[in-house]
Amino acid sequence: MSAAKWRRAMATGAVAPAVALPGRMQLVASSPERVRTRDGWPLALQRWIDGISAWQLAVLAGLVIFPLVVSPFITFQIGAQALALGLIALSLTFLGGYGGMVSLAQMTVAGIAGYAVAILGSSSAAEISLNWPWWLVVPCAVLIATVCAAGIAWLSVRTEGIYTIMITLAIGVAFFYLVLQNYSLFNGWQGLHKVYPPTVFGINWRDPLPIYFLTLACALASYAFISYIVRSPFGIALQGIRENPRRMESLGFNVVAHRVAAYVVAGVIAAIGGVLFVWYNGLITPGSVGTSWLINILVIAVLGGMRHPIGPFLGALIFVLLQTFAIDVIDRERFNLVIGGVFLAIVLFSPDGLLGLWSFARARLAQSRAGIARSSSVSIPSRPMSRH
Amino acid sequence: MHRTRNIIGWSALALVLLAFSIWGLTHNARLFLLTVLNGLTLASLYFIVASGFTLVFGLMRNVNLAHGSLYLLGGYVGFIVAEKTGWWVLALVAGFLTAAVVGLLIQTVILRHMQGQDLRQTMVTIGLSILIADLLLWGFTAEVHQMEAPAWLKGPIRGIPIINAYSAYRMSLLVLGVAIGVALWLFLNRTRVGMMIRAGVDDRAMLAASGVNVNLVFAVTFAIGAGLAGLGGVIGAVELSMVPGEDTRFLLASLIVVIVGGMGSVAGAAIGAAMLGLAETFGLAYAPTYSVVFTFVILVAVLAFRPRGLMGRPA
Repeated sequence: MSAAKWRRAMATGAVAPAVALPGRMQLVASSPERVRTRDGWPLALQRWIDGISAWQLAVLAGLVIFPLVVSPFITFQIGAQALALGLIALSLTFLGGYGGMVSLAQMTVAGIAGYAVAILGSSSAAEISLNWPWWLVVPCAVLIATVCAAGIAWLSVRTEGIYTIMITLAIGVAFFYLVLQNYSLFNGWQGLHKVYPPTVFGINWRDPLPIYFLTLACALASYAFISYIVRSPFGIALQGIRENPRRMESLGFNVVAHRVAAYVVAGVIAAIGGVLFVWYNGLITPGSVGTSWLINILVIAVLGGMRHPIGPFLGALIFVLLQTFAIDVIDRERFNLVIGGVFLAIVLFSPDGLLGLWSFARARLAQSRAGIARSSSVSIPSRPMSRH
Repeated sequence: MHRTRNIIGWSALALVLLAFSIWGLTHNARLFLLTVLNGLTLASLYFIVASGFTLVFGLMRNVNLAHGSLYLLGGYVGFIVAEKTGWWVLALVAGFLTAAVVGLLIQTVILRHMQGQDLRQTMVTIGLSILIADLLLWGFTAEVHQMEAPAWLKGPIRGIPIINAYSAYRMSLLVLGVAIGVALWLFLNRTRVGMMIRAGVDDRAMLAASGVNVNLVFAVTFAIGAGLAGLGGVIGAVELSMVPGEDTRFLLASLIVVIVGGMGSVAGAAIGAAMLGLAETFGLAYAPTYSVVFTFVILVAVLAFRPRGLMGRPA
């Protein structure tokens, strides 16, 4: 795809109207004179800085202060876990929300990275683990998982829409049965234990504070990366493909290549999340890549809302809070009932997740305010609740 | 050009399979034939479960990911009925009906209101599968439930050449699978409702336009599809045993059968089930720790060369 082609597609406006862009993006796409005002900065960086809003800074400040206020248990159990899960779900949000491909195999990609860390690095199974140093293990694990993600992409982009969910689920469950049956490489149902992060710079990275800030740094970087990429020409084209692949094809875009590239981007993020998650748990077993976890990632992404990269982190926070505290209220064994019920309620009543609820509530609030002020001429642009 | 390539590809595959069969027969004929029989009987169970899945998908473009849960539900209900009454046939009917009624409820209460929203419908069925699986776990615990075969199918059939003896119940599965396949074929090809379903698979909008109550057809199809899962559950409860996790296994089997065979095609489901059943049992017999790899290779090969499945047609 040449730069000239991108520009032409953007200039003719063929992409923008067909795409349901989130608010800020529409602004960028529709007012090019605004981004030219400041000189000296690369355009992309400038756009990105323009994109940072007050509430984002507030959330960031809150995230940094958070571990200093609460107990180490909460920092570790809630903070680090939610961020690591949010990372994996972020990859699904990117694929599903922006690419229109709901893949259930994102946890599988994360699991492959996790298994790679355990096999290449050190674990309780001495005859399997290769004991490579961590600076070699982590890039290799991410690379392996990304290559696998590309393989999954190659298989699943051959078909469309609802088939994607079936094929990715089949791949995910097949991987689960493989690690369950295979003892020579994956150690069967026992899995691999004692997979801990290394001690670097004299810091034990499994202590609550270090692992929290490590996951936070990765989460922020990925969040910024995804926020940037969905506004890049590639991201815009991807959203165009989500809306109407045939039209994008006839505009000269290579639909298959864009989709595979999206899987690769999502694969890198899921792999990083997977490495962090295995370090957080300290072990990886077939259960970590079983159907319930494949679906949990979907639950997290849908719960938060797939329209914005903050959604998965929000969903992960709710998920982890439910997981940690709901068991005090109800039976520990019945957690799946709670999470299934919450998921069903969200899908039935607010397909855009909590973010959808939030924007709906805001629109209603603004509407009622407008009603009090009796300014009937003001029309509230309400976002449709359902896209599908 | 394309045709000759096809012929070369298929004959290469046939040659490999033939070579393997000859090796298997000379190496250990009894093991080989037993594995073939086991594979085919497992395949007929897969066919019964997956034909419902493919029927629902073909007509409604709705991937019912709660299909595995309905299988488990049917199995447990059949187990209770068989325990209370002692009638296996009654258990079959009960398993079919319970799953069919639950399927009917899912379709009429929830899915009907989101017609055309494929992804949302699928997510609803995912949510339902979590709920049903957990409720079943709650009600029946994680213990293994095993049903007994009816008295007239107990024990082995003796006097078969080479294999000597083979379980009568397993053998009856083969008959049952064929019977259900024939019944489905007759239903789809010889009855009015079947005609409507086939018409709906080809063109939903046209079917509605010609005055057919599509909602009713959808409800009937969904009930039959779910019922077949329940029926499979009762059969599987004897052969395999009921335990949480079986729902996933049969969901995976249904997915693969349908992806390999082609969505919405009952004949495709039969071919897919035969391939999956044989691949799985041969894998278990000859390469135990990698048996799922065989299944996966079939999936990959079919997707690579025929993305819509062996019998699939463009939607």
